[in-house]
Amino acid sequence: MGVGIKVDKLNAWFGKTQALHDISIEVPANHATAVIGPSGCGKSTFVRCLNRMHETVPEARATGRVRMGDLDIYNGTSAVQIRRQIGMVFQKPNPFPTMSIYDNVAAGLRLNGFSDRKRLNEIVERSLKLSALWEEVKDTLKKKSGASLSGGQQQRLCIARALAVEPQVLLMDEPCSALDPISTGKIEELIFQLKEKFTIVIVTHNMQQASRVAEFTGFFLLGKLIEFDKTEKIFTTPSDKRTEDYITGRFG
Amino acid sequence: MRTRFQQGLDELRARLLRMGGLAEQAVDRACQAYTDRDLARCHMVLEGESQINQAEREIDELAFDLLAMQQPMAVDLRFILAVTKINSDLERVGDQAVNIAERIMDMVELPKADLPVDIARMAAAVSAMVRRSLESFIEGKAELAQAVLEMDNVVDRMRDDAFITLVKTMNDRPEVTRQALDALLIARNLERVADHATNIAEDVIFWVRGADVRHNVAPEPPVHQEVTDTP
Repeated sequence: MGVGIKVDKLNAWFGKTQALHDISIEVPANHATAVIGPSGCGKSTFVRCLNRMHETVPEARATGRVRMGDLDIYNGTSAVQIRRQIGMVFQKPNPFPTMSIYDNVAAGLRLNGFSDRKRLNEIVERSLKLSALWEEVKDTLKKKSGASLSGGQQQRLCIARALAVEPQVLLMDEPCSALDPISTGKIEELIFQLKEKFTIVIVTHNMQQASRVAEFTGFFLLGKLIEFDKTEKIFTTPSDKRTEDYITGRFG
Repeated sequence: MRTRFQQGLDELRARLLRMGGLAEQAVDRACQAYTDRDLARCHMVLEGESQINQAEREIDELAFDLLAMQQPMAVDLRFILAVTKINSDLERVGDQAVNIAERIMDMVELPKADLPVDIARMAAAVSAMVRRSLESFIEGKAELAQAVLEMDNVVDRMRDDAFITLVKTMNDRPEVTRQALDALLIARNLERVADHATNIAEDVIFWVRGADVRHNVAPEPPVHQEVTDTP
């Protein structure tokens, strides 16, 4: 099952430039939450702070409190432990090109010293089924490389890879921006199903996508969280004029 | 700024205003025809109906295109939904004007009867409701629309009074039953026009505030300031 994320007064910097200002938000468990906003508003920085990927950038730092269930992400928990529980899918599908489909999905587990072959087979199959890719690749699991798949299949492979380590939260940073409408539709359908088992946070530039997949939406502007509410409220009657101006295309 | 989309919204607004003008004119002509027993005006109302119907189709088509092609959100989505509903109400206002005109054409054939009902006063109140509901749309002002909702009760009372008085007249003076029945039906048509004006006002409030005030349900607090710079 997924867990909720509670963010309290999160601030983030790149060197001297402050990218996030006092972000406080509660991401509910087992729901999809969309993060929207114009380029450079801090939405990707925000999700990268949730699994401490932000700190991998030289001179980047963050302050504040992020709790995932009982876990205090910035206090007493290792980054490795965090990332095992918070999977991430990026804009561009990035399967390991020299590895087979099977090895791509198993990579995270093997990295963690997992060697039970029978159990590994089960997890690879389950992960590929969860990512709705199993039927398309089950006969070529060990014959084909991840890079031989189509863009949409590669992205679902990356989702399977993220799911294999059994995270509780799945972060998706514009997961469909490089995909055609059919592949996008499959990923969106997948997000809908994955919500039952995981908590999902999705960064998207596509507001129709946010309205289709997410129950909650946060609007970021200039590093600040302007509004966070149920998605239907954000897209029909937002409370803040800046949100309305953005989603109606009057700026951004 | 989405220029093409904004142009589409401006066009939709302009067309609805033209349609509103036609519907308002039809009601005014029908009311004037009642006062003057003027057949020529009745014919003008009947001939104007096709123009209103044509305008309704064009507005729906443009709204449908904007919904499909531009995927509007928030205030723009509310605006287009409101326009499609107001469009439908205006077309029905035109239909009611035609009903009134047809009833007057029947009345004119009969001897003039002195009926104890002030249809002209009711017509003036209803015309004012239509005009103000359209003004609230033009201005994008929810307070103007709210005032229209309050006027509906006054027209309802006028209709109830007309019913009581005219039914009594039919009992007391059977020789003017047909004239009284025509007047009673006209009062009902006018009350329906007032209902459509009320619907229009409710749709304006929905557009501006995002609040659904239909069926006397208490509205939620306004989402933010009044619309001033949208189409």
